[in-house]
Amino acid sequence: MSTAVVVTGLGVVSPNGLGTNDFWAATRGGKSGIGRITRFDPSQYPARLAGEIPGFVAEDHLPNRLLPQTDRMTRLALVAADWALADAGVTPAELPEFDMGVVTASHSGGFEFGQNELRKLWSLGSQHVSAYQSFAWFYAVNSGQISIRNGMKGPSGVVVSDQAGGLDAVAQARRQIRKGTALIVSGAVDASICPWGWVAQLAGGRLSASDEPTRAYLPFDADARGHVPGEGGAILVLESAEAARRRGAKVYGEIAGYGATIDPRPGSGGEPGLRRALETALADAGIRPDEVDVVFADAAAVPELDRAEADAINAVFGVGGVPVTAPKTMTGRLYSGAAPLDLAAAFLAMADGLIPPTVNTEPLPEYGLDLVGPQPRPAQVRTAVVLARGQGGFNSAVVVRGVE
Amino acid sequence: MATTEFTLDDLKRILREGAGADEGVDLDGDILDTGFEELGYESLALLETGGRIEREFGITLDDDVLTDAHTPRALIAAVNALLGVGAAA
Repeated sequence: MSTAVVVTGLGVVSPNGLGTNDFWAATRGGKSGIGRITRFDPSQYPARLAGEIPGFVAEDHLPNRLLPQTDRMTRLALVAADWALADAGVTPAELPEFDMGVVTASHSGGFEFGQNELRKLWSLGSQHVSAYQSFAWFYAVNSGQISIRNGMKGPSGVVVSDQAGGLDAVAQARRQIRKGTALIVSGAVDASICPWGWVAQLAGGRLSASDEPTRAYLPFDADARGHVPGEGGAILVLESAEAARRRGAKVYGEIAGYGATIDPRPGSGGEPGLRRALETALADAGIRPDEVDVVFADAAAVPELDRAEADAINAVFGVGGVPVTAPKTMTGRLYSGAAPLDLAAAFLAMADGLIPPTVNTEPLPEYGLDLVGPQPRPAQVRTAVVLARGQGGFNSAVVVRGVE
Repeated sequence: MATTEFTLDDLKRILREGAGADEGVDLDGDILDTGFEELGYESLALLETGGRIEREFGITLDDDVLTDAHTPRALIAAVNALLGVGAAA
C-alpha cells in the first residue's frame, strides 16, 4: 500500500481573487476576472482580453532584495507559497531542511523579465543586461526561489508540459513524498501577460479574438472560439497523511489518483489520450466512475478539443453521467497554474458542499455533458477529478478525495 | 581630464538599484568594513553591481576584483585605483 499524500495548505493567486477566501467568494458567485488587457496596450494585437490579477503589489509582500531578481510570475508564486505554508501551519525554519522540497510546473518562464532584458540588450548593449537574467526567466525559477526563501533542500524540480504540467508537478510531488520526503510545496503559477509573452501565446493559434469578456471564452458552446489567457495559479502544500496526522494538521483532502498520457501522432487517426489518462487516474485511486462527484474540465474552447474532452468524459462516466464544471471560464486559462487552481477549487467545493459554476457558456446538447451552469450547484463533493491538457499532446488527470 | 571618484554613496545607490537592499541591514550605517555577505549580497548581486559600476564609470573590472573585494572599502579602493583616483576612501 503506497503512502497516502494529502494537501494541507492552499495559496491562491487568481484573476478573480487574491488569496483563497477572495478567490472562493468570487468563484462561488460567478465573478469573472476577464477583461481588456491593462498591462500593455493590446489594441494592435489580434487578441485583447486576458485574466489579469489586479491589485498585487509585490513590495507589500516580499523583501526588497528579491524584487530586482524576480519576474511577476515568481513574485506571485513566492507570495502564494507563503500563504500556502501559513495556511498549513508550517514554519519551514523549524523543520529539517532536507525533509522539504519544491516541485512546481511552468509553461513559459519569466517572460516579462526576459523581455525587459532583451530590450536592453538590443537597445543599449550586452553590458546593460541584468546578471539576474541568468535565472529570472527560467522555467525552474519558481521552484528555486521558493526553495531558497524557505530553506527547503529536499527533492526539487520543475515540470514543463503546458497546462497538463500543473497536475504532473503534483504527481511528481506525490512520488517524492512516497520516497520519503515529509513535505513538498507544489502547484504552479504562470504569468506572461506582456507583449513578448502575448505573441508567443498568439503563435499557439488558440486565443480568442473576441472583445466581449462574456463571449470570449466559451468552452463546449456552439460559439467556442479559443480561449482567453490568464495569469496566476495556486501553490499547494503536500505531506504524507501520516505526517499531517502526527502534527494535527488540517487536511483538505488526498491526492488519490493520477494518470498521464501522450496523444497519438497527429493524423494517425488514433484516439486522443485523455480517456486513458482519466481511466488510469481512477484505477490509481482505486475507485469506480460512479464514485466521482464532479469533473473539472480542461475546457479548451476549441471545437475539436471540446469534442475530444466530452467524448473522453462520456466514455468513462456515460453520457451526462457526472457533473462537469469549468470555473476557469472566470479566470481564463492559466497555463500550468490552471490545474492547481482547479485542485484548490475542488477542495473548497468539498468543504462547502458546492460545485462552482461555469459562466457564460451555453453547452451544445450534442456534447452530452451535465455542465454546471452559471449558478453554483449544491452537492456533496467527496471525490473530484481535475483534467488538464497541454499543447503538444499532453493529457493528465488527478483524482482528489476528501478524508474522514 | 577630470577624474571621477567612486564614492560610498555611489556604491550604495548602485547596490540598491541593481540588487535591492536587505530590510535587516542599514546601508546608511557604518558599512565600509562590513563584508558584502553580511550585508546580504551574494556573488550574483556583486556581479550585477560590478556590471553597473563598469557601465557608469567606463572601466573594466577583472573578475578577481569582485571576488577579492570582500568589503565596500576594498571595492571602492579597487575601482578608484582603476579610475586613477589616489588614496581614496
